[in-house]
Amino acid sequence: METIILFAPLLGALIAGFGWRIIGDAAAQWLTTGLLLLTALLSWIVFLRFDGTTEHIQIMRWIESGSLSTDWAIRMDRLTAIMLVVVTTVSSLVHLYSVGYMAHDENFNENESYRPRFFAYLSFFTFAMLMLVTADNLVQMFFGWEGVGVASYLLIGFYYKKPSANAAAIKAFVVNRVGDFGFALGIMGLFLLVDSVKMDDIFAAAPELAETQLHFLWTEWNAANLLAFLLFIGAMGKSAQLFLHTWLPDAMEGPTPVSALIHAATMVTAGVFLVCRMSPLFEYAPEAKMFVIYIGASTAFFAATVGLVQNDIKRVIAYSTCSQLGYMFVAAGAGVYGVAMFHLFTHAFFKAMLFLGAGSVITAMHHEQDMRNYGGLRKKVPYTFWAMMIGTLAITGVGIPLTHIGFAGFLSKDAVIESAYASGVDYAFWLLVVAALFTSFYSWRLMFMTFFGKPRGDKHAHEHAHESPWTMLVPLGVLAVGAVFSGMVWYSSFFGDHEEVNRFFGIPTHAEAEAGEDAAEGAATGAAVADGPAMAEAEDGADAAAAVDTHATGLAPEGAIFMAPDNHVMDDAHHAPTWVKVSPFVAMLIGLFTAWMFYIRRPELPGKLAAQQRPLYEFLLNKWYFDEIYDAIFVRPTKRLGHFLWKRGDGGTIDGFLNGVALGIVPFFTRLAGRAQSGYLFHYAFAMVLGILILITWMVLGGGAN
Amino acid sequence: MTEADFNTVLPEVVLAVFSMAALLYGAYGGKDKTAPILVWITSAIMVAIALWIGVNGAGVQTGFGGMIVNDAFSRFAKVTILLSGAAVLLMSESYLAKRDLLRFEYPLLVALATVGMMIMVSAGDLMALYMGLELQSLALYVVAALRRDSVKSTEAGLKYFVLGALSSGMLLYGASLVYGYSGTTLFSGIIQTANAGEISLGLLFGLVFLITGLAFKVSAVPFHMWTPDVYEGSPTPVTAFFATAPKVAAMGLFARLLFDAFGGVTGDWGQVIALLSVASMFLGAFAAIGQRNIKRLMAYSSIAHMGFALMGLAAGTAGGVQAMLIYMAIYVTMNIGTFAFILSMERDGAPVTDIESLNQLSKHEPLKALAMLVLLFSLAGVPPLVGFFGKFYVLKAAVDANMAWLAVAGVVASVIGAFYYLRIVFYMYFGEEGNGIDGQMAPIAWAMLMVSAAIMVVGVINLFGIEALAATAADALVK
Repeated sequence: METIILFAPLLGALIAGFGWRIIGDAAAQWLTTGLLLLTALLSWIVFLRFDGTTEHIQIMRWIESGSLSTDWAIRMDRLTAIMLVVVTTVSSLVHLYSVGYMAHDENFNENESYRPRFFAYLSFFTFAMLMLVTADNLVQMFFGWEGVGVASYLLIGFYYKKPSANAAAIKAFVVNRVGDFGFALGIMGLFLLVDSVKMDDIFAAAPELAETQLHFLWTEWNAANLLAFLLFIGAMGKSAQLFLHTWLPDAMEGPTPVSALIHAATMVTAGVFLVCRMSPLFEYAPEAKMFVIYIGASTAFFAATVGLVQNDIKRVIAYSTCSQLGYMFVAAGAGVYGVAMFHLFTHAFFKAMLFLGAGSVITAMHHEQDMRNYGGLRKKVPYTFWAMMIGTLAITGVGIPLTHIGFAGFLSKDAVIESAYASGVDYAFWLLVVAALFTSFYSWRLMFMTFFGKPRGDKHAHEHAHESPWTMLVPLGVLAVGAVFSGMVWYSSFFGDHEEVNRFFGIPTHAEAEAGEDAAEGAATGAAVADGPAMAEAEDGADAAAAVDTHATGLAPEGAIFMAPDNHVMDDAHHAPTWVKVSPFVAMLIGLFTAWMFYIRRPELPGKLAAQQRPLYEFLLNKWYFDEIYDAIFVRPTKRLGHFLWKRGDGGTIDGFLNGVALGIVPFFTRLAGRAQSGYLFHYAFAMVLGILILITWMVLGGGAN
Repeated sequence: MTEADFNTVLPEVVLAVFSMAALLYGAYGGKDKTAPILVWITSAIMVAIALWIGVNGAGVQTGFGGMIVNDAFSRFAKVTILLSGAAVLLMSESYLAKRDLLRFEYPLLVALATVGMMIMVSAGDLMALYMGLELQSLALYVVAALRRDSVKSTEAGLKYFVLGALSSGMLLYGASLVYGYSGTTLFSGIIQTANAGEISLGLLFGLVFLITGLAFKVSAVPFHMWTPDVYEGSPTPVTAFFATAPKVAAMGLFARLLFDAFGGVTGDWGQVIALLSVASMFLGAFAAIGQRNIKRLMAYSSIAHMGFALMGLAAGTAGGVQAMLIYMAIYVTMNIGTFAFILSMERDGAPVTDIESLNQLSKHEPLKALAMLVLLFSLAGVPPLVGFFGKFYVLKAAVDANMAWLAVAGVVASVIGAFYYLRIVFYMYFGEEGNGIDGQMAPIAWAMLMVSAAIMVVGVINLFGIEALAATAADALVK
């Protein structure tokens, strides 16, 4: 079944990409969509029936070279199962949505066939993403990693006639190269020290790596810290974390379904997935984890501040994505990998929905993306409005404080903030709380500017605003279900007490079975197997972790994630003070109230404030001037260097040399040879005699003398 | 003459006896009317002998007191010579018949030349060497002037004859020097003298003169001057023959002499051969650029190719000889295909040789143009075609023998040389529409062209196993 999941999208991509001339436009779209829906169905079956024990499914041998041996294999554990569900669900819904969204596109002529290409790219992306998440070794993961990079490049630049789209595609590709370089270095470093790229071997060697020193650049490093850090550099690039985030907002040049699938729900979360996947290594790399927390918290805060003032509807959501990714990394860096995955999981639903909803608004408004030209659209596009409303309630974290009842984002985001508090890094905790306030503000700002108030901008566009076709509304509805319930249903599995989390992720424990009490079917069925040897005595969480420790020496730890015995962050998070648990909710209320004041009650306030705080406003509007700084530090010097090498190095020296040889020296010899070939016999004979003289001299001087 | 001696040269004897019998038949049985059938029979017999040698031969036999050596090396060379000779003979029939040049002597002269070549590659003695060489050369002088009523053809024959005589003289002078300083004409005797203590200067002088004589035959620079004129002047089928079998034979003889008689002093002659190699590669590349006549162009092309083959010899190792043999086999295959095409170049019934007549060939004859494209790319040594592997092996041999500079020179020369091959491709595909060629290709020539092009593509898989055969042959020679 896993094999079908993996290869159905590839099949669809190949047929749609190369065979659309034969099967036609519509068939290519529905074929890929149908295959993806099948994949999604199978993924849910796999997810719900999964029992928590890690399986390795070999597909074929891939690379054998020296001691490097790489299989093409599926590593089936809870992390993989979660990602399968996330990727295939969102992808299939985006496929379906795209049937409607891409039906007409003013970027292409009437008779141009662009749809099969789009669907082929989408399916190819899905395949590469599945390769990434199912990888059993780092090389295969790198393959998927680069595959999604290529797909992302192709899709951002899908409107290849627009220069800005091409520029954005190149930017995304180049910025990701920086991260991928770190990732590749990390893989090579691991291979150097572990002599294997298999996950299990690396996990087993992690404790040893923590005591190894590795020389890199100018000094000695702790191997585990360095390698975890390098892998995280890769994750930073893919997940658009601070300093490597600049490509994500620009990536919005791609069609909106692409933004929903790649740049919100799946590809950008690959970095979080990587950190969680490598948790056995990160657990032995405390400094690297600390770095992850700081970067994550800074990103969450930074992106939220920029999101406050953006006017392009997609850019607001893009910065929101960037910010939410920061949340996930904080949780991962704190060592609560389950929570990181939890937020990844819920975020996929509500963020994909927000994007698709935005896409629906954009189609309704004839490809107008500036929110200043929206307003009062609630009546025109009611279904979209309600979908966006659910998405906003989810992302801002609406729920009943101190209970486990609320929208998806309420549960997962609060879990992240509690984990941040429990990690003891006050910096991260406070930034995340402030970011939650900002999140609430910009999300409601988006809602108010788009759906409330009076219509602004082009009257004609507003009059002709229309609701989207069913193919676009059905995905919204399905995602809405996820955005509402995914948090409540799986809360205890991802962030419940220790035993439940252990059961869910297949981590061996000695806890008694309390099976079947909550809705987490996966965990419930998993319990029977996880507790196979029936250890009857009840033990507390710390002892359970100690049991894990015995597994950690020599053998790879079982289970999808690994938490070191001294990692009590998750337990501490459960016991966080009440004010901590309430703080995100309060932040949300403040944000909501401010947005209401600014955009409903007194719409003149934002302008005044912007005028009053001009420098700050400009600073935020220009995204903290990151693009300008990079342009000055990296882009322009590189361009100058490139220009120099091109003009002087390549053009002047190499071409000049070659042209000189080709146009000067070669014809000279050619003429000389032509003249020597006089046709006179005595010239020829003379040449031969001369030849003998030369050869004899050469022999006597060179060869014969010794 | 014992039976064992006779058995050693049985293939040569069969071919020689056949030639003389056929000569009688032709002379008394209808003159030129018998020519077509003689062409077919000669080719068939040459192929049959090639198969016979290829299937039967094993081990090493020497005859006539060591004058004739039949080993894996000579068998490899003989099979190559016989097959390429037969192929050229077959594809030239229709060309010659069309132009009333199909004399019955032609196939027989080719057969006799082939006998000479077979003796050359199995020579174990300076006498046998000279005998084979002259038998070959005399036959070739005549066929070069086959078109007696053409000034160019007779000029070609005469030039070849006079310069050939000069080179023979040098060769003989070298042979007498070697005999004088070693006291024997047998290779096995010479090598003992050469290896005993320091080699005497007289012996080295003798060697240089011998090398000179052979360099003339393989048209290595600076003994190449005859090549373009003779290639241009001779009838095209004769040119095709010149470019193939005799080159293999001369290369084989070269290797035999250098390794059998002077195998212990590779360092001494390696330098000389390397010099010849570099000079040939570069002159071939430079001079061909100026050529508009495809036959002259192919002459320079063959000079450059001989330079590459000599690079293998210059390495002075078994690997080098193996590389040289592989190179020659590939070279011959490419040239047969290319000349099969050149034979078909005609406009209004008259042969044309101007490369600009190939303009836009791809439009009128897409398949032929494609086959030529493959062959030209292969001649230029563009990977992944077979021609690349020929170059690869000799370069590798040179590098392995610590002659990296020679390999670098080879690469540079091949880059320069690529220009004139690619220019033809350019004309065929992107040239301006003009006076094209309009001839129909004879079925046999067409087949040769296509098969040769196909080999260039398919052969990359395993080079048809020629690698192992060449290795065996090289090991037989280099002990």
